[in-house]
Amino acid sequence: MSNAVYDIITSTHLNYHQKLNNLCHEAENTLNVLELPEKFKYFYEYGALCDMNEGNAPYRPRYVMVDFEKFVRQGSKFLRIDPPKNLDELLWALEVLYTYIPSITTKPVYLGNIDLLIDPFLEGMTDEEILPRLERFLGFCDRVIANAYSHANIGPKATRAGRLLLQLEAKLQLEVPNLSLKYDPDITPDDFAEQAILCSLKCGNPAICNHKAHKDTYSFDYGISSCYNILPLRGGAYTLSRLVLPRLAKMAKSVDDFMDNLLPEACQALGEYMNARVSFLVEKSGFFQSDFLAQEGLVERERFVGMYGIAGLCDCVNLLLADKGQRYGNSKEADDLADRIMTYVQNFVANFPAKYSEIAGGHFLLHAQAGLATDEGVTSGVRIVVGDEPANLLDHLRHSARFHRFFPTGCSDIFPFDSTAERNPAALLDIVKGAFQIGDKYCAFYGADGDMVRITGYLVKKSDLEKYDRGEVVLQDNVINGSSNYKLNRLQDRKVQSV
Amino acid sequence: MLTAPINKILPYSVVDGPGNRVAIFVQKCNIHCAYCHNPETQNLCSGCGACVEGCPAGALKMEQGRVVWDEKLCCGCDRCIKVCPNHASPKVTPMTAQQVFAKVCESIPFIRGITVSGGECGLYPEFLMELFRLAHTKGLSCLMDSNGTIDLSRYPELMEICDGVMLDVKSWKEETFRQLTGSGNEVVKKNLKYLADSEKLTEVRIVCLPGMVDAEDCILGISRTLSGEQIRRLPLKLIRFRHFGVKGALENHPSPDLAYMQGLEALARAQGFEKILIL
Ligand code: SF4
Ligand code: SF4
Repeated sequence: MSNAVYDIITSTHLNYHQKLNNLCHEAENTLNVLELPEKFKYFYEYGALCDMNEGNAPYRPRYVMVDFEKFVRQGSKFLRIDPPKNLDELLWALEVLYTYIPSITTKPVYLGNIDLLIDPFLEGMTDEEILPRLERFLGFCDRVIANAYSHANIGPKATRAGRLLLQLEAKLQLEVPNLSLKYDPDITPDDFAEQAILCSLKCGNPAICNHKAHKDTYSFDYGISSCYNILPLRGGAYTLSRLVLPRLAKMAKSVDDFMDNLLPEACQALGEYMNARVSFLVEKSGFFQSDFLAQEGLVERERFVGMYGIAGLCDCVNLLLADKGQRYGNSKEADDLADRIMTYVQNFVANFPAKYSEIAGGHFLLHAQAGLATDEGVTSGVRIVVGDEPANLLDHLRHSARFHRFFPTGCSDIFPFDSTAERNPAALLDIVKGAFQIGDKYCAFYGADGDMVRITGYLVKKSDLEKYDRGEVVLQDNVINGSSNYKLNRLQDRKVQSV
Repeated sequence: MLTAPINKILPYSVVDGPGNRVAIFVQKCNIHCAYCHNPETQNLCSGCGACVEGCPAGALKMEQGRVVWDEKLCCGCDRCIKVCPNHASPKVTPMTAQQVFAKVCESIPFIRGITVSGGECGLYPEFLMELFRLAHTKGLSCLMDSNGTIDLSRYPELMEICDGVMLDVKSWKEETFRQLTGSGNEVVKKNLKYLADSEKLTEVRIVCLPGMVDAEDCILGISRTLSGEQIRRLPLKLIRFRHFGVKGALENHPSPDLAYMQGLEALARAQGFEKILIL
């Protein structure tokens, strides 16, 4: 341990905040307070179960989805903030609150449906008065939060605030906040959605979330955090742990061995581990008892859920069928096996009793986990591995729809486009409409020639990756994760969609 | 069964009209533009056999004086197109409207319509009527992409069900047009007015190449032909000549620079065009 601490302290590659975070992590990991199931330890050794490096002693939920509307209505006693009366007060209040919201990254992962928060405060102001204020607000997110898992939402309604925010996004080229448009063709006007798509081709933001498919996930409104986690507002996610399917496949003697022995045992072990984790957080950590967010009703314990993640379905199937040469995304046999695996996991999760999970009916909810910096041979969630993407984008989207259906708490695809697409955002919107109609839940576009690249779901600048790789210190936390992920997953080779 | 020779069907295209569309390319054209970027669509295969030998995939065979293409074997190298002395392609399939429609259906629900391009789609009015009728049953809009040299007012039934025409106005002066294409352009001007008056003019395009194309005259001519309101609503695409795919004298000709294109844009704006796109 002391070596690791020494290395962090003397690093010339981490900025001050990054050092601090890493030191916290080392401190937390000196404890061993979770009662780990034996089977979990066994699979953990093989890397087939993964705790996402969340730390040995959880003292805050992984993702916190503050009810910002409530905050705007009531202010905060703890922070000594009155309900804001104008735009300046609103933006200041949000900035203060943001710095007090915990998460696994230490930064807030959900910043609110910011267009809907801001719009009521714009009355009587000109664009010239509004734009510099919003520019500073976005600058706060980018420079102070400086973590691209921090996610703001806009839509599904078109608002003046939403349009102005998109206008600024295209101009400022920021990786923070990560931005998603909640899109519903019955609510979102085409011109607003087209502005959003054009913006995404220019700067990577926003991604597009299928609002219809997600709005009834919970009995309460949802928000999108981090790399596309669909979570209940005024709640969040206790934890995200995952089955790393290809590493489980490596342990298997055959497809039958995988399906009949390994998968059931690993699923059970992961569920038990998550229950241990959630129990400590709820019962021992004191977060829900003492944090002002809980005390002031900005979050409620009953609205948190544990996310049961899977990653690398593609690589898993490719390994299991290697002798037949059948590959996920390109073969009926491979896709059918993938469907069988997911159906098993879905049924398991639907029946496994999860502790403290009122909002999800006493169960965990499935999440297509998008990857860790260190993953090698583990393709995000249920995505098709880079290099195997179908030639026809529509086939790709149909494949996605088949597998997105398993995941209530987030599942997504990322498509780089060549510059032709900028000529006709309406055409991309047609593609999105079609995709969402058949059940795709989430997609993100970016311009292949631009500086911005989407890694697992967050944005980094290629120029920052180069800087970091040269050994320089960088402002944005995610560049560090992005650097290894970009290479390990060969993201530079993603199929560029030419249309 | 009525068929049309089909060169290619793109399951999705963002550059063939509004929104995302299936683009269908018919084979054969009635004119021969010097700047044509897919000259292999101009003629029907004569069966000369010149392409058969060089096919690296063995996808081409001569059978009873005709060349037969095996799509499954074809690797898409386009060598056959390069060697064809006849501005044709062996990779053309006669298809009925039903067969084309079946292909179109594979792209539903990702598209809002279809665009038939070519070649010159106006050579196949009856095929188009059948295809458009089928496409309309699925709520798809149907556009023609035409060189305008076939008098469309002679096909009122087709124009009734065609949702719009994307029209090339290649040049304005008769002799310039003739030099560029080998034919006259009286019919193009007639179509321009006819389509605008019947609200079927989806967009007008000019491929810009100073010396070969009188783009300035085109802009002025179009604005004289149409009403101010028609001009205001008409999308105008000013396309820079690019030599990709071009065969013959213009094979290596450079593209006009951006300043020239911006000059054209300014001219068009002064004539009242509001929807101008430089490509
Ligand atoms: S493109 Fe032409 S030459 Fe090339 S494989 Fe196909 S048929 Fe043969
Ligand atoms: S495609 Fe051209 S080269 Fe081949 S047989 Fe036909 S005319 Fe001859």
